[in-house]
Amino acid sequence: MALIVDLVFQLLQMTLVIAVAPLLTGIVRATKSRLLRRRGPSLIQPYRDLIRLARKEAVVADSASWLFRFVPYLVFAATWVAAALVPTFATGLLFSWSADLIAIIALLGSARFFLALAGLDVGTSFGGLGSSREALFGALAEPAMIVIVFTLALVAGSTQLSTVAAYMASSFVGLRVSLGMALVALIIVALAENGRVPVDNPATHLELTMVHEAMILEYSGRHLAVIELAAMLKLVLYVSLIMCVFAPWGLAIADASVADRLLGAFLYLAKLAVAGVALGVFETSIAKMRVFRVPDFVGAALMLGFLGALLLFVSRTLK
Amino acid sequence: MMGLSFDVAHLLAGGLVLVSFMLLYQTRLYALLNVFALQAVVLSLSVAWQAYVEDAGHLYLTAVIAFTLKAIVVPYALHRIIAQLGIHRDVENVVGVGPTMLAGLALVALSEVVMLRIASEADVLAREDLAFALSVVLLGMLMMVVRRNAVSMVVGFMSLENGLILAATGAKGMPLVVEVSVAFSVLVALVVIGVFLVRISERFETVDAHALDRFSGDRR
Repeated sequence: MALIVDLVFQLLQMTLVIAVAPLLTGIVRATKSRLLRRRGPSLIQPYRDLIRLARKEAVVADSASWLFRFVPYLVFAATWVAAALVPTFATGLLFSWSADLIAIIALLGSARFFLALAGLDVGTSFGGLGSSREALFGALAEPAMIVIVFTLALVAGSTQLSTVAAYMASSFVGLRVSLGMALVALIIVALAENGRVPVDNPATHLELTMVHEAMILEYSGRHLAVIELAAMLKLVLYVSLIMCVFAPWGLAIADASVADRLLGAFLYLAKLAVAGVALGVFETSIAKMRVFRVPDFVGAALMLGFLGALLLFVSRTLK
Repeated sequence: MMGLSFDVAHLLAGGLVLVSFMLLYQTRLYALLNVFALQAVVLSLSVAWQAYVEDAGHLYLTAVIAFTLKAIVVPYALHRIIAQLGIHRDVENVVGVGPTMLAGLALVALSEVVMLRIASEADVLAREDLAFALSVVLLGMLMMVVRRNAVSMVVGFMSLENGLILAATGAKGMPLVVEVSVAFSVLVALVVIGVFLVRISERFETVDAHALDRFSGDRR
């Protein structure tokens, strides 16, 4: 019986993340338009866009191989599985015990790998440009992420996200400079991974400095819809990751009652909305960087992660 | 209480190391001076917290001296010098930002390993302060090595001295006489350096230290 309840909640979580993903993107876009004194599209415009794309015919280039057609589904599946592993509103869901934070990074890394391959597959210059830049940023963002995980694991004693979140929600944590550094580093990595403003502009299709949009320039129809949804899902994943580690209030700890979990779900949605508004404000207040400055920016995340781990190492051996 | 006092001391000392990295990362002169002032503020907070924890009155005085001299007088004087000399604002690094950061991380790791070995008997708080202070000193030296602009070398020198003050407060009570004389020797150093900067820029029309290389005897 307990197994069935757990399974129901796990499925609920997986549907929830995919259902709110376009909404979060809508919130960010609406915030940015309002700050620019535009009225902007309604919050549910991303849903309409996805439906419109899904109905359209998918045009595939003559030079595309079978890989080009498979990649959207591969990327989406990897991102969705990774999102299912993150505790969004409750820890200790059924799937979360099967893999840890490092597995999530690996899933996202393989999604990135296949997307870069698809960008190269058609043989257009834009796709290759986007893929090479994505590889450059990924080569810096992934080590930074690994180092952040290392810092978190030193604090919480586990790489299991459920355990980390439960530890962070308890009162043992105290005031630690390393956690602050890890938070800043994680935010930088999240901005870089999701192609948000200082690194890449998500709102443009025609710019020489675009990265993500350059890779998927050849996609259309349902393929494009699936890739767009995967990108939205990735944003939700990173926001949930940051929230469950650094703001775990209201998170239902394992074996919580059904009511607690439902309350956790409502709080999760509220936190998600706050994060969307915050991201919109941040993106409006900052200018996009030159591509060649991005390695410095993401390298700062790597440096912060390393420094956090080093400082933590000293205070741990002292005790 | 012990947990909290340790955590805050750790936070402030770790923040000092972080600000040292920000100094290394910063490539514009005025921003560099602002970060330097920030480092002095963090340092004086750290010293004041130490004074509160140990209930030592003279450390408050150290904090006040550090704040007025390092956070107000020195940055203001350097601002004046930069404005008067009309120095080119961008700092040129000898090596890039990335390798500098890696070298800095290696220095922090080195100082922590050294301190854990040699001060294993010492008090928890003192040992950690010493480890962080040694990192700040080494990072200040690194700053003097990697920069070509004489003004940012001066900033590196001053941040090195910040590390010394942190070490001194961690070591349970440096005599106040020493403290005051160190503070004034830094002021004297600032005056001397200011005169030097003016002379260098008058003579060579730049404060790039590479211009001096032509006059060092053993080359070529």
